Amino acid sequence: MSLLEIKNLTAKLAEEDKQILNGLNLTVEKGQVAAIMGPNGSGKSTLSYVLAGREDYEVTNGEALLDGENILELSPDERAAKGLFLAFQYPIEIPGVGQMTFLKAALNAQRRKNGLDDMPTPEFMKLVNGRAKELGISQDMLRRSVNVGFSGGEKKRNEILQMALLQPKLAILDETDSGLDIDALKIVADGVNAMRSPDRGFVVITHYQRLLDYIKPDVVHVLSAGRIIKTGGPELALELEAKGYADIVGKAA
Amino acid sequence: MVMNAITPIRTPAEQALIGAFGALRDSRPTSAALEGLRIDGFARFEASGLPHRRVEDWKYTDLRVLMREARPLAVAPDASVLLAAKVALGRLKRVGGSRIVLVDGFHVPDLADGGALPEGVTVSDLAAAMAQRPEIAALVTGQPATRANIAFALNNAFLTDGLLIEVAPGTELGHALDLVSITSDGAPRLVTSRVVVVVGAGASAGIVETHCGPAGVEYQKNVVMQVVVHDGATLEHGRRQVEGDQALHLATLEASVGAEAHFDSLTLTTGAAVSRSQLFVRFAGEHSNVTLRGVSMLKGRQHADTALVMEHAVPHCQSRETFKHILDGEAHGVFQGKIIVQPVAQKTDGRMMSQTIMLAEGPSMDNKPELEIFADDVACAHGCTCGELDADLMFYLKARGIPHKEAEALLVEAFAREAIEDFGAGPLAVVEELREAMLTSVTDWMRARS
Ligand SMILES: Nc1ncnc2c1ncn2[C@@H]1O[C@H](COP(=O)(O)OP(=O)(O)OP(=O)(O)O)[C@@H](O)[C@H]1O
Ligand SMILES: [Mg+2]
Repeated sequence: MSLLEIKNLTAKLAEEDKQILNGLNLTVEKGQVAAIMGPNGSGKSTLSYVLAGREDYEVTNGEALLDGENILELSPDERAAKGLFLAFQYPIEIPGVGQMTFLKAALNAQRRKNGLDDMPTPEFMKLVNGRAKELGISQDMLRRSVNVGFSGGEKKRNEILQMALLQPKLAILDETDSGLDIDALKIVADGVNAMRSPDRGFVVITHYQRLLDYIKPDVVHVLSAGRIIKTGGPELALELEAKGYADIVGKAA
Repeated sequence: MVMNAITPIRTPAEQALIGAFGALRDSRPTSAALEGLRIDGFARFEASGLPHRRVEDWKYTDLRVLMREARPLAVAPDASVLLAAKVALGRLKRVGGSRIVLVDGFHVPDLADGGALPEGVTVSDLAAAMAQRPEIAALVTGQPATRANIAFALNNAFLTDGLLIEVAPGTELGHALDLVSITSDGAPRLVTSRVVVVVGAGASAGIVETHCGPAGVEYQKNVVMQVVVHDGATLEHGRRQVEGDQALHLATLEASVGAEAHFDSLTLTTGAAVSRSQLFVRFAGEHSNVTLRGVSMLKGRQHADTALVMEHAVPHCQSRETFKHILDGEAHGVFQGKIIVQPVAQKTDGRMMSQTIMLAEGPSMDNKPELEIFADDVACAHGCTCGELDADLMFYLKARGIPHKEAEALLVEAFAREAIEDFGAGPLAVVEELREAMLTSVTDWMRARS
């Protein structure tokens, strides 16, 4: 069974009659890293939000199966509990909610769903400190409110920290590379690579081939106007980098 | 021709209050010092009756409607009441040092707890102090704005005694005083209490009031605290209104703040069916600062009104007013805040903010901010916000697997924390405890809903 199977997915803005996803088909296998590339405004973030359950969008057709189960009827927290993780393109600041409180609430929510007791605080601290150190996240950042006062790159690293703690089945990284300096890009890629495993999958949304030098994709998809219009191997990313989208988009239209 | 005096139509509650005053006057003569106050208070009440929605200050809290009946006056607690109070108090964690206890409005020294009063603190009967010390009698009489208030007038009318708490000049308390005002179970009563707090020059003190009582009993409580913070002194004042769910709670806090003094007051409201918290605060000396804050968490059909008047009567003072409402069910929150800047009060810096979070479709919130500025060189502002929890923040939390209710709780706690976090700049250990207790109450309240 595929890890993720999206069939003929159409979605529109909940408040307006604007359709963004137009019969999208996509399959991600276990163990796979799938890259999604595509022009600005083509619906990449919308796809990630629809999968994560954001209420601004309304699914009008199709399904999305995670491990064979349609997740589109589930609330965002239930989807997360099933092992879905979205690293946001624009992580938001949550003033007043401490980073540690937040991480602990997320981790323990997952443990409770799995019938486990809350993680004892010392163990939790050790875990977070360890992961944070690997990702170059300072103690000071851990003491602050979630993402408050973080730089763009720090926010992205913080997303990866959350992913590393929650160990999802399927992680969608929405332009996690944008805003990262070269060293940070490597750190983040190392973090992702360390988590690659035969039963975990990644969807890596990016505009730049460079990330894919560090996180080697198994497959590259091109999303345009709300549909996957081309799928290929890693060489497709190189081709896009060289020629841009005009060619393929023109052909698909 | 004989002109008949116009007799206003009295509500049953008004009639009962008038009857109770007469009976009290006949049965319990009090000291001459109190007699004047009682007569004055009663006369004011008799002239205007219970305030209703056409009285501007009471527009949102129509006592004629909300106080249909007046309960019989509370009587001094007997042995069984005291025993029950003792049990109830045992369950109420102290958030300060020495505990001072009022049962049904009567001071009960036997129930004091938490060790002897700290050095520099004295607690005495108010009536006796008024008889001997004109400055105390004058203080109890109240400032003009307070005197014109009907809840205050009623408190005067039914006053049989009160408590005077004094902190000697220069005293630095390590812990706040823990003042508990508990109402007994059984037939509902009208409880009246008066506490006067005088913080001497240069002293630093804290006091935490907790108002509690039985659930399911429609008791009524009218409490007044009058505070003087003398020059160079600091007072941190906490107030937990956790009355029983059927109670009617009217509270008045009057404060006069001297020069280079600090007064910080934080009220947490979760109790009572109907409550009103009135604050009349006045700067009497320059270069002082006052922070007034409140967090009200209301559910079901609860009604809570905060009505504050912050008067800048002298130059160079700073005031901050921050009030937060968290409303669920069909609750009704009210915030009326007025900053008055007198002509002489140049360089006043005043900032008032009221923020509300609606957790459901049903609640309503009325805000009435007012600035009355008669000086020209001042910085004053007010603002108010009202809305649901931010959908994007909720989504972010839920996308991390945090269930809806828990995500709401995290955001509500953060919202409340803004008002509570920097409470008390002074060194008192109690402020830390109180802050924690308040935050725990927020968490508990969020857990208990659903
Ligand atoms: N909440 C929204 N309100 C209005 N328009 C929206 C909303 N979400 C998406 N859109 C529109 O839908 C289209 C797809 O947006 P989306 O963010 O999914 O693009 P994207 O492929 O992620 O682009 P980028 O590469 O710039 O991140 C755009 O035209 C965008 O303006
Ligand atoms: Mg995007």
